[in-house]
Amino acid sequence: MLAILDYKAGNQTSVRRALEHLGIPCAITADPATLESAGGVIFPGVGAAGQAMGALAESGMDEALRQVVRRGQPLLGICLGCQILLQRSEENDTTTLGIVPGICRRFEDGMLQEDGTPAPVPHMGWNSLEAVAPCALLEGIEPMAEYYFVHSYYVEPDPSLVLATTTYGRTFCSLYGREGLWAAQFHPEKSGRPGLNLLRNYHKYCQNSREARHAQ
Amino acid sequence: MLSKRVIPCLDVRNGRLTKGVKFVGNEDIGDPVESARRYYEEGADEIVFYDITASAEARGIFLDVVERVAEQIFIPFAVGGGISSVADMRAVLLAGAEKVSINSAAVKDPRLISQGADAFGSQAITVGMDVLAVPVSAEIPSGYEIVIHGGRKRMGLDAIAWACRCQELGAGELCVNSIDADGTKDGYELKLTRAIVDAVSLPVIASGGAGEPRHMLEAVTTGGASAALIASIVHYGQYSIRECKEYMAAHGAKMRLTW
Repeated sequence: MLAILDYKAGNQTSVRRALEHLGIPCAITADPATLESAGGVIFPGVGAAGQAMGALAESGMDEALRQVVRRGQPLLGICLGCQILLQRSEENDTTTLGIVPGICRRFEDGMLQEDGTPAPVPHMGWNSLEAVAPCALLEGIEPMAEYYFVHSYYVEPDPSLVLATTTYGRTFCSLYGREGLWAAQFHPEKSGRPGLNLLRNYHKYCQNSREARHAQ
Repeated sequence: MLSKRVIPCLDVRNGRLTKGVKFVGNEDIGDPVESARRYYEEGADEIVFYDITASAEARGIFLDVVERVAEQIFIPFAVGGGISSVADMRAVLLAGAEKVSINSAAVKDPRLISQGADAFGSQAITVGMDVLAVPVSAEIPSGYEIVIHGGRKRMGLDAIAWACRCQELGAGELCVNSIDADGTKDGYELKLTRAIVDAVSLPVIASGGAGEPRHMLEAVTTGGASAALIASIVHYGQYSIRECKEYMAAHGAKMRLTW
């Protein structure tokens, strides 16, 4: 079972619907016991960093999230979830969770796209990934696949954690992490078949790592 | 590189699909959920639903449509029509839409834009603008005037000034619909699209007038739009979305061709 961390993030229902469509058992939950028993956790997020940090603190889900990481349970952050796993966001200079070293920056004004035309912010729409390091989440997905992005800030995690980059006005990190702790700037739950395949890969990883843990 | 988006627009009344021509004589062409699923599979980059229902009980039917769509398609979709409060926005976002498109209500009360952006984030707020070409005047220096109620009421508001105001208030995207071009199938009003694109730093969707894939290409090249909204060009099976996108890609536009 995959647990979707419930702190009233705007896209949590979309994530649930995508998992249900894939036949993956899942629950939107804030219950510590359910979170602990989950094979893996998804940390969704849409909107502003400060607001999300407030909602996390209020619901106690910030601490729950730290425990997920401490226990070594698989975790996948999505969009704002990906941003606020880092230490700080330039969005109203917000201190964020600090689970992963790095900061979140605002796209500069006046950026240009590769063809010389202006790059409006937010970066909204479909864009591709340039793999930097192998990642189990992208296994079997065609390299030219595109994913749905909508964001005005981009993540700058510790360079050793960058798994894929995307170019829009600048080249930024769009997927980071290490085995069992991943974060995607795009929305796999809204990225058609490639996004659904990424979620399926994550579930497969969670199942395998659970079996490995139990075998020990 | 970011792809240009192709966005089919589905008008829904009483839970069924219609397509308006010049906003009169709408014709019923079927089930919105089934159409959305077909467009999703054909490669639509996003879908927009407009609720043109008048009564409160039909609104409930519409929200049910939104929920059923959300269960079946895994690309973003927006919902417009009949949204005049933060509560209305919340209802469609909770039902599964990513974005709301507000139009007349924002013109009447611009605070709705900032209230929506504060509550749900700018990315969730698209402002739809219906625009009429008029003689240049002191009041309307661009020659493009904002109209509401499907073009029946002129607002004495310059479209360029309004676009800038929407951006200041926190809109995440603008959908610019030419009342003159809408339903003509003669192509988008490219001068209007370009004028708005140059005036704001938000993504702009061109709307109104698509009759051939060439028009869609023009919207994202000459017009500079981030996306092309389409309706009858695909609703009656004249072109598939894949054909439109392949045409655009073959002529130099960056398109998403794998899905």
